[in-house]
Amino acid sequence: MIELIYLTILLPLLGFVINGFFGKKIGNEKVIGLIGSSTVGISFVISLLALIETINLPVEQRTNVVELFTWMSVGSLNISFSYLVDQLSLVMALIVTGVGFLIHVYSIGYMHGDKGFYRFFAYMNLFIFAMMNLVLGDNFVVLFLGWEGVGLCSYLLIGYYYDQKFEKGTVAQAAKKAFIVNRIGDFGFLLGMFLIFETFNSLNFLEVFSQAKHLTGAESTFGFIALFLFIGATGKSAQIPLFVWLPDAMAGPTPVSALIHAATMVTAGVYMVARASIIFASAPVILAVVAVIGLLTAVFAATIGLVQTDIKKVLAYSTVSQLGYMFLAAGVGAFSAAIFHVMTHAFFKALLFLGAGSVIHSMHHQQDIMHYGGLKKYMPVTFLTFIIAAFAISGFPGLSGFFSKDEILWFSYANGNFVYWLLGALTAVLTAFYMFRLVSLTFFGEERFSHDKYHPHESPKVMTIPLIILAVLSVIGGWIGIPEVFSGEHGNVFHNWLAPIFLDAELKLAYYGAHSHTEELILMAISVSAALFSMYGAFKIYTQRREIAEKFALKFKKAYMVLLNKYYVDEFYEATVIQPIQKSSEKFLWKIADNKLIDGIVNGTAVVITSFSSVIKKMQTGVAQVYALIMMTGIAAILFWIILSL
Amino acid sequence: MTANTEIFQLLPHLVIGVGIVLSVVIEISTKKSESILPWFTILIFVFAGAHSIINVYDYQILFGGMYAIGGVTAIFNFIFTIGAAIMVLNAVDYIKKSKMNFGEFYILVQSSVLGMMLMAGARDLFMIFIGLELMSICFYVLAGINRSRMGNTEAALKYFLLGAFATGFIVFGIALIYGTAKSTSIDQIVFAYEYFITDVLFLTGLALFVIGFLFKIAAFPFHMWVPDVYQGAATPVTGLMSTTGKAAAFSVLIIILSAVFTQNITNNFEILFAVIATLSMLYGSIVAIAQDNLKRMLAYSSIAHAGYMTIGLAAGNIESVSGIIFYLTAYAFMNLGAFGVIALIEGSNEENLDINSYSGLNSKSPILAGFMALFMFALAGIPPMAGFFGKYYVFVASIKADLTWLAIVGVFSSAISVYFYLRVVVYMYFKDSTSSIIIKNSFTGLLAVIISGLLVLVFGILPDTLFSIITSVLSY
Amino acid sequence: MIEQYLPIILVLVVAAVFAAAIVFSSRLFGPQQPSKIKIMPYESGKDPVGSTHERVSIKYYIVAMMFIIFDIEVIYLYPWGVEFRNLYNEYGFFAFWPMLVFLIVLELGFLYIYKKGALKWD
Repeated sequence: MIELIYLTILLPLLGFVINGFFGKKIGNEKVIGLIGSSTVGISFVISLLALIETINLPVEQRTNVVELFTWMSVGSLNISFSYLVDQLSLVMALIVTGVGFLIHVYSIGYMHGDKGFYRFFAYMNLFIFAMMNLVLGDNFVVLFLGWEGVGLCSYLLIGYYYDQKFEKGTVAQAAKKAFIVNRIGDFGFLLGMFLIFETFNSLNFLEVFSQAKHLTGAESTFGFIALFLFIGATGKSAQIPLFVWLPDAMAGPTPVSALIHAATMVTAGVYMVARASIIFASAPVILAVVAVIGLLTAVFAATIGLVQTDIKKVLAYSTVSQLGYMFLAAGVGAFSAAIFHVMTHAFFKALLFLGAGSVIHSMHHQQDIMHYGGLKKYMPVTFLTFIIAAFAISGFPGLSGFFSKDEILWFSYANGNFVYWLLGALTAVLTAFYMFRLVSLTFFGEERFSHDKYHPHESPKVMTIPLIILAVLSVIGGWIGIPEVFSGEHGNVFHNWLAPIFLDAELKLAYYGAHSHTEELILMAISVSAALFSMYGAFKIYTQRREIAEKFALKFKKAYMVLLNKYYVDEFYEATVIQPIQKSSEKFLWKIADNKLIDGIVNGTAVVITSFSSVIKKMQTGVAQVYALIMMTGIAAILFWIILSL
Repeated sequence: MTANTEIFQLLPHLVIGVGIVLSVVIEISTKKSESILPWFTILIFVFAGAHSIINVYDYQILFGGMYAIGGVTAIFNFIFTIGAAIMVLNAVDYIKKSKMNFGEFYILVQSSVLGMMLMAGARDLFMIFIGLELMSICFYVLAGINRSRMGNTEAALKYFLLGAFATGFIVFGIALIYGTAKSTSIDQIVFAYEYFITDVLFLTGLALFVIGFLFKIAAFPFHMWVPDVYQGAATPVTGLMSTTGKAAAFSVLIIILSAVFTQNITNNFEILFAVIATLSMLYGSIVAIAQDNLKRMLAYSSIAHAGYMTIGLAAGNIESVSGIIFYLTAYAFMNLGAFGVIALIEGSNEENLDINSYSGLNSKSPILAGFMALFMFALAGIPPMAGFFGKYYVFVASIKADLTWLAIVGVFSSAISVYFYLRVVVYMYFKDSTSSIIIKNSFTGLLAVIISGLLVLVFGILPDTLFSIITSVLSY
Repeated sequence: MIEQYLPIILVLVVAAVFAAAIVFSSRLFGPQQPSKIKIMPYESGKDPVGSTHERVSIKYYIVAMMFIIFDIEVIYLYPWGVEFRNLYNEYGFFAFWPMLVFLIVLELGFLYIYKKGALKWD
């Protein structure tokens, strides 16, 4: 099945072609939904079979390259569409197709009756196609192709309701914002790619990484490559300073937020850092930058999440915060922990978003949690699955989030320092708090909506079944990565699976300070109990004594307002970046440089060429003798030149 | 005795030769020849094309060094036969529409393709000349096949007069080459190229020979016939002349200059070709801007494309030759596609050739508009269409040959040419329909357009499939 | 190199000068008294009727062209026939078939123009 891996990429493309070009003619939602989700489903099965086949191979043969075709080959630049099937890409492919499949199925119910039903599924399939290129590509070009492709799909899907309003602006503006902010990151990524080609004379992963392994010194080159790549990652994975687009991306339909802006696309940056781990490991300074940025983003976004009232906004900031966690893990050299968290996060965050979608669906697109309350009796399945996800993300012992999060926290202490751990644990506490604030306000307490307007009800089966599956995964998904402190020496299956990929990077970093398991257990106990306490506190406050929260907000009104307004980052960018650019582009670039200078040059050239063209057009008289004469002149000139040149 | 069996190595040629004779028989023996001949023609073309491409690695020299098969020849044969097959497919309904139902049409097309194949395979100056004459004479007649139209007759006469003029120079060139090199075998001439190249008579002969073929590829200043003939001739015929005819002439230029390309001999013609390329590109691109008739516009664009390919001749290395061959393949299919669309939209009496007829085409026939846009993008050299890689390979080769300025001129000229190609797209998509043209449905015509469109896309997305074949066979 | 062709060029020049001199000398020295009868086109002593630039029917050309075809056929056949015995000794029947093919193709062409009505006079 490994050699058939290209089918996992082509099938979603096929789905896109069918739904995109003929969807309007098909018209039938069932058929469109079936095509859309089955293509992804089959891809998932193929990936799964490829995984099984890879597991059965000896460790040193688990890296396979499936070459589809050479796109172009000029000199040393050889770009081919070939796919790398190894431990890392298989994990990512399974997440993308597995979670993607569930979300596709869910969307059949969620998007029911929408006039752009076929368009939605076409874009979703196109997204899976691009994302699979991203995670499976065996060189930076294919990765970049997928990278841009998912950006495009993200833009198209955020702007899906392009004719509607979103907050202060329109949905179209939110989509544009996501696209433009991503472009800044892409620019960095491209620079990184150029530098890689300049340094290694290749863009192929295996070639570049094997060269990088042996290349010592040249730390500044590695530093710049890593920095540029990381700039790319901050754009795609919504890290400081480029995280501003993700909350606005919630303008898209909720399944889109679940698939693209929680489970898969935003983790592309983490994947890329993990894939290029050897390059990052060769530049320890930049690796530290990655850790710090990740940590700051985690804390920063978690605090904003505390006060948001839009259900999807809370989840969006939670996503930003969790992505920060992953970068923290990568930054301290725990790449497999980062990927592990990518996986568990995909389960429970997709579940949270889909659950939120289910709530929104039944509440007629009301998204303000202040207008929810007591929904648990109306929608029991959604409630149960949602609360499981909330427990998972808060790190409740035994659930998937617990294992991945504690692994990250432990490595941030073991490979990093105490401050990393402290801030990380603080984020965990904050996460537990805002998640249970969300749960309490949504499902518990008195009903704060009028029954005349809203008739909350459970969602159809096509939506709840994916929820249940994801809930099961959120519970058991972490069991493949149980830390060694519980499972004994080499007991962490997931870590062992990925270890060959990150071996070189870890050798170069040479961490693994001697830390006792007791230390690990103590730290774990502290962070877990703090989180549990925070969960309980949030539950108590928001179900029974909301006045405490209000008092608190009044007392620290300034701090509250800062949080509510997301630290005024948007306003800051508006004032320092967007406005100056707009002003200067309007006053100078548009009116003077463009209108006068460039248009003048372009139009002038065009006018000159056109008039020139009309003049020499007249040479074509239509008289054959004249033609022969001109030919003869040419021949005479050539012969004259040849004889003279001898 | 070997001649006995060697003849059977030329299976594609034999098939087409027998096909011509059989077509004559079909034409005189049955009244239904109109409906049999096109399919018969396509069948033998497809067979010959497939046979050539399958045996592309089977390179042999036959008849005592007179003729070669396989290798580059096979690729050229593929271009000729498949190009002609697409053109015939496109022409079936066009011929009915414009009431020029002559069986000769198909016989002449087959004969001209046989001539091209002889040119591409020839390793002897006389063989080249025979092939050239077979092709040219058929083209003269094809250009004027519809005698009832003034434009056709005018085109044929002009083409014949100027073509005969150019052929005269070729023969004169052959005479001078034979006089100095004492052989007409190209291999022998190429073998001793170094000694002759300082001989003024040899050089003059070679120059005259090359000039004759520069006329056939429509390079400046031997392009004067092109606009009138391309505009006057029936649209599918123009498509054939501008693509396969050009490819055949290039095949000869590549063979005759092969010493320059393979043996690192100083390219005496470098400056000559560079100047001709520059002038052709700029002249073609600039004058095309002022054209409103699409066929005439494509005629000028064909001059410009001849210029781009001549860059490869100036560069004079192996990369540039493979670039030219790739370019020719790409150009053949995109130009055939463009002429195919024009043939479908054209009225029964040469109407609707003006660019205004194309305004708002998208609303009337989205498929045709889409394909026309595809071909225009491809001709303009926008990736991922095949035209982009044709230009790309040639430009890269010219930079390698230290002719960076030529590549810059090429890029500049491509930039100019985008204007008139995209003008068509703008008319089709962004202008309201003004004319009330009725597009007659033609399944075969559409099929031809679709096949060319797919080939253009395939060679654009997977350029390496073709390019690697070309580079590997060039090493012979 | 070029010098050895000098005699040829000299001959060409002398010929041209001589021809020109003859033509011009008659103009120069001969008396010129044209009359209507003198400048009349010569038509075997008869008075000419109509224009001299009369168009000939295209059918004559077609017949003439067909004549050329058979002319060439004979040109090929004659040496072949003369040498056939030797060819047969050397190549066997391979010396025979190509000519047969050539003749068949030629006759088919002739049949074609005949069927197309090229020989119909009206």
